[in-house]
Amino acid sequence: MNPMITTTESSSFRQATENIMPRIRLALETGREVVKRPSALAGGVLLLTILMTSMCFPFLYPEDPLAQDLLARFTPPVWQEGGTWNHILGTDNLGRDILSRLLYGSRTSLLVGFSAVFVAELVGIVLGLISGYYGGRTDSVIMRIADIFMAYPFMLLTISVIAVLGPSILNLILVLGISDWVTYARTIRGSVLSLKEKEFVEASRAIGTRDITIIVRHILPNVVSPLLILGTLRVANIIIWESGLSYLGMGVPPPMPTWGRMLAEGRVYITEAWWLVTLPGLAIMFTILSINLLGDGLRDALDPRLKNL
Amino acid sequence: MLQYILKRLWHTVYVVVGISLISFFFIHLSGDPVQLMLPGDASEKEVDELREQLGFNDPLYLQYARFASKAIQGDFGQSLYYHVPVMELVIERLPASLELAVAAMLFALVLAIPIGIISAVKRGSFLDMGSMFGALLGLSMPHFWLGIMLMLFFSVELGWLPTSGRGTMAQLIMPAVSLGLSLMAMFARLTRSVMLEVLSLDYIRTARAKGLKEQIVIAKHALKNALIPLVTVAGMQFGFLIGGTVIIETVFGWPGLGRLVVQAIFSRDYPLVQAIVFVLSLLFVGMNLLVDILYVYLDPQISYSAEK
Repeated sequence: MNPMITTTESSSFRQATENIMPRIRLALETGREVVKRPSALAGGVLLLTILMTSMCFPFLYPEDPLAQDLLARFTPPVWQEGGTWNHILGTDNLGRDILSRLLYGSRTSLLVGFSAVFVAELVGIVLGLISGYYGGRTDSVIMRIADIFMAYPFMLLTISVIAVLGPSILNLILVLGISDWVTYARTIRGSVLSLKEKEFVEASRAIGTRDITIIVRHILPNVVSPLLILGTLRVANIIIWESGLSYLGMGVPPPMPTWGRMLAEGRVYITEAWWLVTLPGLAIMFTILSINLLGDGLRDALDPRLKNL
Repeated sequence: MLQYILKRLWHTVYVVVGISLISFFFIHLSGDPVQLMLPGDASEKEVDELREQLGFNDPLYLQYARFASKAIQGDFGQSLYYHVPVMELVIERLPASLELAVAAMLFALVLAIPIGIISAVKRGSFLDMGSMFGALLGLSMPHFWLGIMLMLFFSVELGWLPTSGRGTMAQLIMPAVSLGLSLMAMFARLTRSVMLEVLSLDYIRTARAKGLKEQIVIAKHALKNALIPLVTVAGMQFGFLIGGTVIIETVFGWPGLGRLVVQAIFSRDYPLVQAIVFVLSLLFVGMNLLVDILYVYLDPQISYSAEK
């Protein structure tokens, strides 16, 4: 399709600013809605704290997570008898500082979680948009591939691929991301199918706007909220999966500390040192809880119809 | 109805073909599958022998055709580690995994439905808020960590339950509870929200207006309809259970397919990995097919011809 009307520089600029203002207002309103819910606010604050700590802790707590001190093996946390302020949350079987390892582990989990969701969203958005907008044969091919991905138990898919490719942080992000695109693609496709019939899209097509412009300008902005909600909640799942893979020894390879591997190492010493298996799990749980609380709040604020998601 | 089932069966066929393609090709992802299966210090001769033995010198499409035709007959070749047909191992371990998955599912459903109903009926009460926060907490816990915590408490501290193995009821409790808890949380949330929706419908108001007892309205009229989405989701979550067994079986030393696949991956026994992945996916697909057919049976309103 050829563009039949040409827009001048100034009018496209005006159009852009006109487009942007309501969106900023919408974002602010959403923010206010989220803040109004105490549980969502608590989740947001907790997540922000976790994010800030994982970024800034080397300045606050400059303990080396890899430094071994065999004389200080199995030091319990400070509040228990035998604990010291040198190792606030105790040490592991090699005398490494638990708190520092937990803090480094948070980086791994958050990095993998957010990046994998980013990859999944990217693949899902592109395929979902194409599938929904063009329909026909393209649509059925993409949806059939999606069916196959859905039929494959996610955990098995990731462990078998990681087993072949070898564990590394990049492989982990790509594999988790690519395995998870289907949900996004389906959500987008559904929204596009209904949006495609709307008057404003038809009007735009009638005046000869190119497909890509219609998709980017008119359709994409209208699917942002389901994507945001879904993405937030999926970050939580991905972090759980990442820790599971690390537990099995198929996550980020050593020496980089991860919560999952800390649990696996601690499992061996479960009778001697309870803190080795308890603390990393609590770290995972609080992170996931904060994301879930925020995700639930976002969903209620943005799209009450999705409450059953 | 028949047409719908046929259509669903056709859908299942191409999904199975797709799964066989993935199961076949994933070992080729690294380039050379033989290098993958042998330890790093294997000699040139050993590599060549294994390559010839497993037929990796043939073109890929031929290899796939051979794999598929054998797979249909249930033949996935020999295990490189145990030196027996891999299908034997799979069949030997499958019951343990199914037992665990079914126990986890039962645990989840039996507790989740009453919790969901009570929460919906007593909406906004302390009980509702408490159980929904509990559910959120359950969803936020990695199930294998819950397993370790249960072990720490019930085995190490109290000495009530054994930490590993299979055979007795006591050995089943902890793996099933840890695998099922997040499902329970999810089902409880779902039951609650579906019940809330159903309870606001007109026919419920009619039933109440007739003067029926509230218990009967809930148990007979509302729950029946609320169960439909629950059945669907429970069926779909079977895949989650299968994936979950991989880690839980490793934590509790449960002798099922999940633990076997992890061991097979570490011993580079790829024919075994292929077979397990394929069989578990088939199980999952079969479950989905069953749920879809059951779904139509439960809810006659769904039009069979509708594009899924």
